[in-house]
Amino acid sequence: MPYQEKSAWILLLASLLSYGWYVTTVLGSLAGAPLQAAAYQAPLLWSIGVSLVAVIVLHILAAIVVPGGTGKMDQRDRDIYRLSEYTGQSFVVIGALAAMAMALAAWHPFWIANVIYLCFMLAAVLSTITRIALYRFGFHPW
Amino acid sequence: MTRITNSIRTLRFAQGEMTQADLADQVGVSRQTIIAIEQGKYSPTLEMAFQIARALKTPLEDVFQFPQG
Repeated sequence: MPYQEKSAWILLLASLLSYGWYVTTVLGSLAGAPLQAAAYQAPLLWSIGVSLVAVIVLHILAAIVVPGGTGKMDQRDRDIYRLSEYTGQSFVVIGALAAMAMALAAWHPFWIANVIYLCFMLAAVLSTITRIALYRFGFHPW
Repeated sequence: MTRITNSIRTLRFAQGEMTQADLADQVGVSRQTIIAIEQGKYSPTLEMAFQIARALKTPLEDVFQFPQG
């Protein structure tokens, strides 16, 4: 498995697990209270922070435990990376526009923060799934 | 799906059983990229196609084929 595909798997798992933990923690702390009353700030920051650290540690472990390939990208890696990032970027734009509209409409910060985080997570998931699919099933840039 | 086919595998063996890793080193790409090209899972850039042909000491059109029709 190419190093870049391994990296995509790590990012995908880290994104899904950290977001899953965040949602479970916030919903679990509600105890019947409305959603926007949830203490979401600390879990959100922990979720992002732990996810970043986990990605770094897992990359190091993957390089040690599952050797094969290097972090050096060749033309195919760059082509696949570029297309997958373009694909994921759509959700970043959607998240930014949604957050801007919510702020203009004076929505509660809970919803603004969460729509941004959700779209970041969806962008990462879409981007990494695209990357894995292009490595697995082929890629013809022209 | 691409209609471009290639004879890299055959030509590697004709070049003294050159391995995928050897070819990858000469072209400056990963072995996985050579495997993907051989299997028709990746269409290389024109520059990479010329590098592969040069490494195999074969004209470009003998390495890659594009059938008409």
